[in-house]
Order: sequence, then C-alpha cells, then structure tokens
Amino acid sequence: MITFDTEPSRYKHWRIDYDGAVATLSLDVAEDGGIVPGYQLKLNSYDLGVDIELSDALNRVRFEHPEVGAVVITSARERIFSAGANIYMLASSPHAFKVNFCKFTNETRNGIEDSSMHSGLKFIAAINGACAGGGYELALACDEIAMVDDRSTTVSLPEVPLLGVLPGTGGLTRLIDKRRVRRDLADLFCTTAEGVRADRARAWKLVDAIAPPNRFGALVKERAQALAKPRGSGGIALTPLPRLIGARGYRYDHVEVTIDRAARTTTIAVTAPDDAGSPAQGAAWWPLAMARELDDAILMLRHNELETGTILLRTRGVAQTVLDADAYLTAHRDHWLVRETIGLLRRTLSRLDVSARSLFAIVDPGSCFAGTLLELALAADRTYMLQDPARDASREDRQEGDDRIVLSEMNFGSYPMANGLTRLANRFAGETAPVEKLKVHMGTPLAAAAALELGLVTVTPDDLDWDDEIRLAVEERTKLSPDALTGLEASLRFAGPETMATRIFARLSAWQNWIFNRPNATGAQGALKLFGTGSKPKFDWERV
Amino acid sequence: MAIDYLERIPNNVDLAGNRTLQRALEHWQPRFLDWWREMGPTDFLASEPYLRTAISVDRAGWASFGHVKMPDYRWGIFLAEPEPDRRIGFGDEYGKPAWQQVPGELRSTLRRLIVTQGDTEPASVEQQRLLGHTAPSLYDLRNLFQVNVEEGRHLWAMVYLLHAYFGRDGREEAEALLERHSGDADRPRILSTFNEPIADWLSFFMFTFFTDRDGKFQLKSFAESGFDPLARTTRFMLTEEGHHMFVGDSGIARIIRRTVEVMQQVGQDPDRVRAAGAIDLPTIQRYLNFWFSSSLDLFGAESSSNVASYFASGVKGRPDETKFDDHSCRDGAMTIVQPDGKGGITSEEIPLRNAMNEIVRNAYTRECEIGVRRWNGFIAAAGFKAGLALPSSRFRRRQGVWANQPVDPAGNILPEAVWTKGMAEWLPSEADRLFVGSLMQRVTQPGKIAGWIAPPDRGVNELPLDYDYVRLN
Repeated sequence: MITFDTEPSRYKHWRIDYDGAVATLSLDVAEDGGIVPGYQLKLNSYDLGVDIELSDALNRVRFEHPEVGAVVITSARERIFSAGANIYMLASSPHAFKVNFCKFTNETRNGIEDSSMHSGLKFIAAINGACAGGGYELALACDEIAMVDDRSTTVSLPEVPLLGVLPGTGGLTRLIDKRRVRRDLADLFCTTAEGVRADRARAWKLVDAIAPPNRFGALVKERAQALAKPRGSGGIALTPLPRLIGARGYRYDHVEVTIDRAARTTTIAVTAPDDAGSPAQGAAWWPLAMARELDDAILMLRHNELETGTILLRTRGVAQTVLDADAYLTAHRDHWLVRETIGLLRRTLSRLDVSARSLFAIVDPGSCFAGTLLELALAADRTYMLQDPARDASREDRQEGDDRIVLSEMNFGSYPMANGLTRLANRFAGETAPVEKLKVHMGTPLAAAAALELGLVTVTPDDLDWDDEIRLAVEERTKLSPDALTGLEASLRFAGPETMATRIFARLSAWQNWIFNRPNATGAQGALKLFGTGSKPKFDWERV
Repeated sequence: MAIDYLERIPNNVDLAGNRTLQRALEHWQPRFLDWWREMGPTDFLASEPYLRTAISVDRAGWASFGHVKMPDYRWGIFLAEPEPDRRIGFGDEYGKPAWQQVPGELRSTLRRLIVTQGDTEPASVEQQRLLGHTAPSLYDLRNLFQVNVEEGRHLWAMVYLLHAYFGRDGREEAEALLERHSGDADRPRILSTFNEPIADWLSFFMFTFFTDRDGKFQLKSFAESGFDPLARTTRFMLTEEGHHMFVGDSGIARIIRRTVEVMQQVGQDPDRVRAAGAIDLPTIQRYLNFWFSSSLDLFGAESSSNVASYFASGVKGRPDETKFDDHSCRDGAMTIVQPDGKGGITSEEIPLRNAMNEIVRNAYTRECEIGVRRWNGFIAAAGFKAGLALPSSRFRRRQGVWANQPVDPAGNILPEAVWTKGMAEWLPSEADRLFVGSLMQRVTQPGKIAGWIAPPDRGVNELPLDYDYVRLN
C-alpha cells in the first residue's frame, strides 16, 4: 500500500534549508530509495516517492514557515540537477501506476503555480547541472528559472527522441503557454535529445537568467531575495495525520472511507465539526484538518484501490457549524493561515475533479452539504437528494439535520477549478444568470424541490423510491466500461474556457496516456520498453 | 586571394575543393591559434622544438621531422586510407555498408561523442602548459611539445568531423571546444579527470601512461564505428597516440631505473632515497594509485544504457572488434560485482551490451598491468623486492557501482574511519607533491639530464642524446 504522509525527518531525497524569507529545497535522490524495488534512482531521477516528499516539503513551507516568501528548488549534487522521471520505473510500471504517478506529479507542479498565484509564495528553479525531462518540467513550474552557464550543462526535453513518449508533466504546455517559447523553437528543442546550453536556452526563453558557476549562487540568492515577500509569521506544525487503516477502509478525525471491494464502490463521509473553532487550534482547526484528511484519502484511494470505480460522497453533522467556519474563512481571508487553508482546500477539491472515478453525492437526512462541503456535491457527476415531504425544510417542523444543502460565500469564488471557474459557474457552463439567482439563497437551507429547481441536484427520489434508486444507479454505473466513464466524466466535468492547467490535465495527459498504451511506446519493441538495452525500437509507422 | 590549403593545412580530405569546410576552418583556425597562444605552452612560443609533422598518411609522410616554432606547426587533417566496401562490424546493423554520412537519427549521439572526445584533446594541452619550465632535459621537453602539438592535431581531427558533417551545430560545438578550459571553475572541461592540474613530470608521465591510454581505448572503439569518417579519423590518430604511451611508459621506467640506482647506493629507506634526490618507490605507488583510479572512471559506469545503444546502433564498438566471435551481443550477459550496501559484495548479471564499458575497462587494465610488470622487472633486476601494483578497480572510484565506496587499494571494503585514515597513505599527500615539486628543476643543456630520472635509451629519429632537441631562442 502506498501512503502519502511523511515529514522532513523521514525524507530520503530532499533537504529543506530555511534562511529568513528564503527556503531552499535541494534534491539529492537516494539511488536505492525507490518506492518500489526493481530500479535505481540514478542521476537525481525521481519516482513517486521522491515526489511525495516534494509535495510534503511544499506544505511544510506553506504552513510551518509563513515567513518564507520564496523557495529555491535546486540540486545538492554536482553538475546534475535532475534527469527527470526514472525511465526504468516508468518502463516497469503498469499503465495505471504511470497515469497516477503523472497525475500526482502534475498536481504537485500545479500546486507550485497555485501557491505563487494565490499566496504570493514565489519559486525559483536553480538549474546547477544537467537538467532533463521531468527535471526541466519541475523548473518550468517555477516563477523564474536560473541556469548555470559552464558551456556544457544543458536543459532538455528528450522524451520524444529517446523514449517515444511526451514530456507529459506539463512540459509541452508550459513551454508555449507559460514561457511563450515560439512553437517552432519548441519543436526543435523537444526533438533534440541532448538539449541546449545556457546561452541558447536564454535566447529561446527556456530560462530567465544564466551565470557562470562562480556567480551562480549570488544570482540565485539575489533573485530569491528580490521575489521573497514574507506571507506572515508564526507558523503552525503540521502534526501527523490521525489515520487508522483497516481492512475495509481508513478512518480519520473528520473523514471516513469505507470500501466495498465486491461492489467496487467506496464511500467517503466527511463530518462537520462540533464547533467552528479558530486557527489558534493550528493543524486541529477543522477546515485545515478536514482538508488534509480528505486530500490523503483521495490519494490513498486513487493509488491503492484501482477497481473501486464509484465513490459515494456523503456528509454528516450540523450545517451551521460549517457555515460558521466558512464565515470565519471569508472574514479573515487575508490572514496567511486562512489563505493557505483555503489554498489546500482548493487543491484538494481539484484532486477530486480529476479523479478517474465516478462521483455521486448522496444528500440524505443528516447530511450537511453546506458552503465548503457543498463543493463536494458540486464536484460530483451526479447528486441524489432525498425528497422528504414530511420534513421539508420550509415547514415549521424542521428538525436539526434537515439543513442538507446550504450555499455560502465560499461557493462563489474561493475554490476555482482548473478552468478558472467556480464549481457553480462551471455547473451552468459559464452562464451568469443561474449563478446570480443562487446568490440570494446564500445562508438559507434549501429543500429538495428548491435545490432541484435551482439546478443544484440531479435527482430527488422520495423515501419510497430512495433506496432502490440509489442502489440501481450505483449498480448500473459500476457495470459500465471504466475507460469510457473516465473519458466521459473528464469531458463533462470541465465546461467553458481552457486554461494552462486544463490543457495539461486534459489534452497533454490524454495524449500521453494514449501514447503510454501504444505498442510504439510500451510494446515489446516499443521505445520506452527498449530504452537502456541499446536496441532500436520497432515502430508501426502508421500516423494516427 | 588564393590560399594553398595543402601547404598551410596538410590534409587528405580535399580541403582545396571543399568550400564549406574552407569557410568553417577559416573562421575557426585563427581562434585555435589564439587559444594556443593563450592556453598552450605560452612561454615557449618562440622556441623551436624538433617536431614530427604529419603531411600525408603514407609511411614517409606521417613522420616528417624538423625544428619548428609551435604556432607555425602545420596542424593537418588526416583520415586513414579508406577501406573499400567497408561494412559495419557489430550491433544491429552488422554487415550493412558503413555510413559515409551521418544517419539522421544518430546525429546528436555522434555529435555528443565527438565533442566529448574532442574536449579531452585541448584539455590535456592546458593541463600541461607549465611543464616546460621544469623539463628534466631538452629531450623530454621536446617530447612534451610533440605530445602537445599532436593533441592539438587530434582536436583538429574532431573539429574536422564537426565541421564536415554536423552543419551549424557542429561549428558551434567546435568553437565551444576552445571556450571550455581545464580547471576553469566557470567553464570546466567536460570530464573531471581533465580538470586536474598536471603540476610535475611524474604526474605527466603517469597521465600519458594511464590517461592517454584510456584515450587510446576510446579511439580504438571509435575506429570500429559504423560512421566511416570517424573510424578513419581515429585510426590515423592512433598512429600518433602510440608515441604518447611511449613517453609515459619510458618516462616512468626511467624514473624507476634512477630510483633503484640510488637505492643501491643509499638503501631502501624512502627518506634516504629522497635525500639523495630520487623519487622513492612508495611515492611512485601513490601517484600510480591516483592516476590509475582517476583514469578508470573515464570508461563510465559498469552498466550503461548509453553504451548499449552506442553498440547496438553501430556507433561505437569494442577495441579490436574483429577478435570477438559474437558481434551482436544481443543475448549475452556479464556478471558485475558490486557493493551490497551492507559492507559486503553481491553480484549482478547484466546484459552484455550494457556491459561494454566494463569490457573495455578490463582490456585497458590488462594492458596497464603489462607496464607495471615491466617496471617491476627493473626493480627486481636491481635486487629489490618489486612491489608496484595497480590498485583494485574498486578503489577511489567516482563513477559506477563502486563510486564513493570505502575501499582500499586491494579492493576490500573498510569501516569508514579506517578507510579515511588509509586514504592519506594511499594517495599522494601535500608533502609528496611538495617533494616531487622540489625536484622539478629545469635542465636546458643538450645531453644533460636531471638527477631524479635516468637518461633515455636512445634519442629521437635516431639522433644522439645530446642533440639540440629544442632551440629555446
């Protein structure tokens, strides 16, 4: 079982150094420290384990060191920055593992850009040695790239000529979208296995600044200090996740995961807090604690439960406490810890958006899909809400637990999806009228009929039909082709405009995943399979 | 203005009829001369060593002797005579006609290999640029300069390939070969061994014996290449490389002969040998440990995906490929012994194609052993216990499976603390280098020789030992 929680004292591959407003993350991959046996992580190449540490390190900086305003990402090795994702790991991994590995590394790199945009945490890649493939893609995710100019170090994206696959961790997209490298130069660059040296890299806008080795340290320091604006003070400790792993799932303080492997379904239940609390609680503060737990649960399920294809999203608790927590988030959104917590929630919900699982939200009595938790239902492919005329929310005999769906300020801008839209705007394909109409309902519990009318839920069976409807819907879903469903869901979940992130997750990843499945890459004579043996791949020359 | 290319740049590549090559060289040659004046043996620009110049590839032409100022040396471009209907001798392309042009898909691989090889040639000139001031005789000074100008010509050979076959990228790479400098922190040479200074003549002889011999094996691998111009170029380079080996082999032999001569007078105590002005055998062993281990790294990792693809694609073969039975090596395997991470060793079987570096390294080691045996012969003949030995190939490695392992010269894995202490005894110390440095006094009178080295058996080109091998001017 792959787990994603770690902490700096357990790192094998990264070192963090703090110096005032600048943190330095240095890559020094332990060759024998692969997350699964069977390959050596030579030349600072990485696998999932290396990236899990990177992801953790970024969260340590975000939450434990708000005084840090800039992060330098560099290598602790001489004359080698990173050779990118380990090829033998990729070649020996099953398709699903490769896809999930790429998805996680994409999320980590998008998270770097997310923090830069929303939290003002800036990133500088200090390329102090040979930098290839995923190594350069990591640099591309940073705000600035500095590169050593010793007349021999190169940056490269050699995936196409060497491996017959794509630079799939955002590399192609960021070249032209983010760095505005001219497409013909990008074409040259991506087909030249050995890459380009510093002078040409700068001329082609592949890097921002170059310096000879003697001046390189000073250049990086100067750029880091120029970019570093402290985000706050008084960091909190990200304490170990409270997680119990059992035969049928995982349990955290606020999140419970129940897996039914025979039915191939999973239930994720998120519980509202007893009271809204405050950031003084540190990592125990509900919005932060819940986000960390949910994030971990999504990753655990994604990598360890490949066949449970349908996830039922449930909530439990009192809506008002969620609304209270949301009110606090809204009122104090300029406080660094609040901003970082919203950021973690935003990134966690984005993980849900790109899940290759069917997501059904189940709004039954006792649910509290309010504000931030309503985002779970808005992320779902379908939402089922129990129509219960006997206890309709508009009637005077309302009881506690009936506030099953409530909108809050947080639904209107705090959690943009990869396409830049709120889940509400995305739901109505960018139409503004239906979203405007919802604003007047903010803070008001919505009965099933109203929720259906407003377009917030999909189906509202009554209590006679409820159990059967849910059972049939789930059984039917679990029998459909998993590949077709993944394609269907990924296509329908994102409406409206393309952004760099959607282009990475949709187009680039889809192309890459197609190539990963083709014999030209992964067949017995495929380029990825044969890499390192010296034998030439045998291609099927048909262009598709 | 018509330029007599054959006179200025001796060649057998029809330079006079090749406009592209002329244009490239007209640009590059002045820069090469600038580089020679700045980074070569700069204090000897006016001196006239008695040099061999290659003016054609036939027997009479490649050894034409005369006194010449080094900046006026006629660096030429020579390829060994073409072999009619030459076929690729190994890998997946076995038996197909050798390529006369670079195959598109091998362009960047070949360019990279040629650049890496080419980078070592000027690097060694830079490493040796101050040695002229401390030459033990005019004979040795002349040999140093002969080695230097030939390394310069080998640079020309690689630049010719870059200019003739790799277009604009090739021209840029040719310029970059003059921009990187040995030991320059900002623009170092590509391979780390070529950034180590060669400060004394013991190091110079060790370098020409061990490190130039790596060069020889690399050239022999390229001499098998399916890319025929590279094969022919390196075949001719090998005729010159032989002299470099000779300088190293005979240089070390002469030092040892002098040392045992002194030992016969003062006994074996290293301090007494040193006091008598000779280099004691333990110091020679420590230099040997240093240069042998440093040169082994140049062969690359024991298991290498790059070398597998070089072999499979026909780019780089094994030295003397025809002596092997199996030229495909698709199915074979080789057992590699490596540390198990727990203080012991373990062995792993790797595909033969991935093991080519190790195969070549083993052949190299066997050849080095022959030299060591010969030196030991001198020691034994003088009546002493002959104890010079190559250190284990696991010792002091920076590349491959044994990189940075605490291993002694016998190949044993030691506890870290014991090993650290041992390293001070196994490698030249600062005091050793200071002592060897103190012996390095320049001798400029024809026929005279410094006291720490025996005279050579014979002179150059059948000339006497007291010939004026360098007119210092």
